[in-house]
Amino acid sequence: MQKVTCDTLAAKACELLENGTVDRVLGWKNGEFVYDVTPALFTTTDDIKSEFVFNDFCGANFSKYLIEETRKTESKVLVFLKPCDTYSFNQLLTEHRFDREKVYAVGIPCEGMADITKVKAAAGDGITAIKAEGENLVISTLYDEDKAVACADVLAERCMVCKSKKHVAYDELLGEDGDVIDSNRFDEVEKLEAMTEDERFAFWQNELSRCIRCNACRDVCPACTCEKCVFDNPESSVANKAISDSFEEKMFHIIRAFHVAGRCTDCGECSRVCPQNIPLHLLNRKFIKDINSFYGEYQAGAEAGSRAPLVDYTTEDIEPTDAVLKGASDNA
Amino acid sequence: MQINGEFQPKIVAFCCNWCSYAGADLAGNNRLAYPENVKIIKVPCSCRVNPMFILRAFQRGADGVILCGCHPGDCHYTSGNYYTRRRMALLFSMLNYLGIEKERTRVEWVSAAEGAKFAQTMNEFTEAVAALGENKRLEDLRCKK
Amino acid sequence: MQRIGVFVCWCGSNIAGTVDVQAVSDALQNEPGVVFSTNYQYMCSQAGQDIIKNAIAEHKLTGIVVCSCSPRMHEATFRKTAAAAGLNPYMVEIANIREQCSWVHKDMPTGTEKAIILGKAAVAKVNLNAPLKPGESPVTKRALVIGGGIAGIQTALDIAEAGFPVDIVEKKPTIGGKMAQLDKTFPTLDCAACILTPKMVDVAQNENIRIFSYSEIEEVGGFVGNFDVKIRKKARFVNEDICTGCGICTEKCPQKKVPNEFNLGMDNRRAIYIPFAQAVPKVATIDADYCTMLKTGKCGVCSKVCTAGAIDYTQKDEIIEEKYGAIVAATGFNPISMDKFDEYAYNQSKDVITSLEFERLTNAAGPSAGKLVRPSDGKHPHTIVFVQCVGSRCSACAEKGKEYCSKICCMYTAKHAMLTRDKYPDTDVYVFYIDVRTPGKAFDEFYRRAVEEYGVHYIKGMVGKVSPEGDKLMVQASDILANKQLHIEADLVVLAAAIEPDKSARPLATQLTASMDTNDFFTEAHPKLRPVESPTAGVFLSGTCQGPKDIPETVSQASAAAAKVIGLLAKDKLTGNPCVAGSDELMCNGCSSCERVCPYGAITYVDKEFRMPDRTTRVRRVASVNEAVCQGCGACTVACPSGAMDLKGFATKQIIAEVDAICR
Repeated sequence: MQKVTCDTLAAKACELLENGTVDRVLGWKNGEFVYDVTPALFTTTDDIKSEFVFNDFCGANFSKYLIEETRKTESKVLVFLKPCDTYSFNQLLTEHRFDREKVYAVGIPCEGMADITKVKAAAGDGITAIKAEGENLVISTLYDEDKAVACADVLAERCMVCKSKKHVAYDELLGEDGDVIDSNRFDEVEKLEAMTEDERFAFWQNELSRCIRCNACRDVCPACTCEKCVFDNPESSVANKAISDSFEEKMFHIIRAFHVAGRCTDCGECSRVCPQNIPLHLLNRKFIKDINSFYGEYQAGAEAGSRAPLVDYTTEDIEPTDAVLKGASDNA
Repeated sequence: MQINGEFQPKIVAFCCNWCSYAGADLAGNNRLAYPENVKIIKVPCSCRVNPMFILRAFQRGADGVILCGCHPGDCHYTSGNYYTRRRMALLFSMLNYLGIEKERTRVEWVSAAEGAKFAQTMNEFTEAVAALGENKRLEDLRCKK
Repeated sequence: MQRIGVFVCWCGSNIAGTVDVQAVSDALQNEPGVVFSTNYQYMCSQAGQDIIKNAIAEHKLTGIVVCSCSPRMHEATFRKTAAAAGLNPYMVEIANIREQCSWVHKDMPTGTEKAIILGKAAVAKVNLNAPLKPGESPVTKRALVIGGGIAGIQTALDIAEAGFPVDIVEKKPTIGGKMAQLDKTFPTLDCAACILTPKMVDVAQNENIRIFSYSEIEEVGGFVGNFDVKIRKKARFVNEDICTGCGICTEKCPQKKVPNEFNLGMDNRRAIYIPFAQAVPKVATIDADYCTMLKTGKCGVCSKVCTAGAIDYTQKDEIIEEKYGAIVAATGFNPISMDKFDEYAYNQSKDVITSLEFERLTNAAGPSAGKLVRPSDGKHPHTIVFVQCVGSRCSACAEKGKEYCSKICCMYTAKHAMLTRDKYPDTDVYVFYIDVRTPGKAFDEFYRRAVEEYGVHYIKGMVGKVSPEGDKLMVQASDILANKQLHIEADLVVLAAAIEPDKSARPLATQLTASMDTNDFFTEAHPKLRPVESPTAGVFLSGTCQGPKDIPETVSQASAAAAKVIGLLAKDKLTGNPCVAGSDELMCNGCSSCERVCPYGAITYVDKEFRMPDRTTRVRRVASVNEAVCQGCGACTVACPSGAMDLKGFATKQIIAEVDAICR
């Protein structure tokens, strides 16, 4: 259950449109299904009143959309940012990817988003309606009676290990700001590190071999904003699009994770959109964990303008051989 | 690759022009032998080596990849090898996380004066990779003969 | 498609002894693009080079591969050969089949096989080579030296002697720097002024040198050979060209209470002043912070007494724009502030002084006319305690001090102690030290003399506390060799304060895009092999701005920097390395990753208009590489997430082609 209501957001959007602060609004509207909330651009108050939604399925991080939006016109666009989205927002600013002057950022609190896979597992298929009631979601389906599930039980993985309820960038805040949380988001990475090489290989072989190279993880990633992605560029020598061998997915996912290493804010969008449910965040988090342990704590996007670890160094950095040993406990 | 029933690993060595490539030349001048398996690619600085090159080598059937550069503090371009060190620390840790044997990748700092170290490094590395056998975890079957 | 010629060298039996050269040239004959392949006994010989030249002409070759010794040996030779035959020299690749094959392998079949693979890799690379042309840029034959201390003076004099014009920019009203404040110099004990001031006069009289005193660097643009610099000449309210330096104004000025920075505030000067008698340029300067006329509009005494009419209260800062081929940073040092060292009571007692203040106290032109007296009461001190390493080698207390050794303190303290004992034999002199560091010509002998001939009490141990009691200073210290606590009743305590780079160095480094270490010392292009060059081409380092140094070392480094500058200015054109980075603007994200890893500041960003497929125009921020500054390391190519940045001569596609050829 979100503390800030859809009506509050919609009213704010209408207000800013009407007083001319912005002329378009990045928000959410319903898709094919009630849980299939999709990003949308609103330009009129009528559209907002009829279509704008905000509920437990509004996971989408809008930061990346700002690159295109701010290039369109000279006027401002309104964007709603959950705490984790503000980190991506800052990171993109650091990389000069959009013009801050053309954005009006409204920070909104977030109680964590629901994972539809978990909801379906709890309530069954054929969902026709989902209503938030207190700490529960009441789910209506085609086949069964309404069922109530606790929000906490269907929380998305990334929200269970939420790293921050604090907004690191905004023009205006709706509701109250929270704090940075000392989360246990590296627990799963540590479990993998504790395995043997063979076990890890088996784990990832199983996960990555499901990849269908749909590129959804890349397309949604707010760090993957290249004008032309290396995977789309035949000149880059890595642009194979079809999957014909198990190596392809590994290469794709290693390069993708490496490209965003030190820039990934751990927003978790890659795993959210993966149609094959591959835990891609475990690759990104490995880099984040290694960066923290090798070079000191670094949270991408916490500060606009900060120097990413891979474009920085100290003369006393850890040697790669030692890094590998430090990075996995079975090497000890 | 099997030669006379014995496994012969394919090893790609990226060497920086200013230190390690000259170190390899010095090994040659002093006739310090190391296995033929090692094939050197010259780069201006270790920092020119993109992780993609290393993955590409494995994809195409390399069994081990080693990257040699100037000792930290001695980079011809002052800081190139410091970036290399960070990039490779993260890349190698990631490869190992994916279950790739850690012995298949290595970074070694070899100066232009260290011909003996170059030969010794290549001997040790080749031996370690040979002991692992063929690279099956990061290969592309289409690229095999 | 390229038309490639392959030339396999036997190198007598050096290669042919372990590699079947015929097999190599035969195997490479069938590689894609190869239209000609041969082998010869000595490819580098005249006859061998002729084979290459003839083949280029006969087979219309567009690229060649020489399988021979290391490119470090003969790449230049074969590039010249190619150029002589009309082929772009960068269309030549060498397969190193001697040092990296025949010499390290014993077995003919495996040696031959490896040579073929190395040849294939070279052929694969040449297939993707493109002709490269090194960029050329003209050189402005004028040098800029920033800082007019002994380092800047020596550098400027050497450059000027070689016939090139030099400008010195000095922020103070006179050149001379710290050395002008010193009394005697170690280890010869000749007086600093006697050896410095003639050099200052040389500077003033040299036709090739212009001095911009009381001036600062406003802006630096451009690159090696072509720097555009704006210099702010601060208003000194005195017309330099007219002022004769007679000094009447400095005697008549009614504002007498201005702390005299030349004597470190130990006495006062007037609001209009000449820092010291031998100042160059010897012209007066009005201190606007104190001048009654400038502050209230009432006074004008200096103007009335000046017979030359040089006073100009309306003078404004002036911006001078000049072009330079080379820039030398010689910004020097300062002793660190003693504010954080409460234990030594520096701020509580006038009789706790720094070593530089001691220099002024013993200097004949100083506040006490050279008589060693206590600043508090003017009495002769009978017990003097010198404390070494105040703020130097200070790892535990890094917050208040510096981690490095300031290098000069051991020697000047020995000098102070010796001179004191020499002039005032009735004085007891104690020196507390961590250890005494005297590497340098005649340095250790000098220190031994202080101990053995002059009876200076050297005590290994640190001073824990200095507390003023009455007119005495109670010094608590430990003698760690005797393992006991000492209590000394001292009249004067002298602190060997650590030295740090001048505060102006950091902003200057930013303007020059030169790098600095964490202590704000300028970084060298190479710590051992290029110690007077900064990593930024055309920017050189002289003196203590690069690290702590004494005078002899400063002067040698200053001359070394001058030699480098002369070498640069002697060229009419700079030929660049053609293997430089270049960005594909269509793919560039403008994210600044490349800019952040570039050690040379070769990458800048521009906002550029792009026509979109829908016929609209969009402005994007894209990287732009200055080819005259880029050294071709390639750090940017890997930092670039989109792969927009590539390196000529070592392009991503070329290296991948080599990888593929080797792994095939």
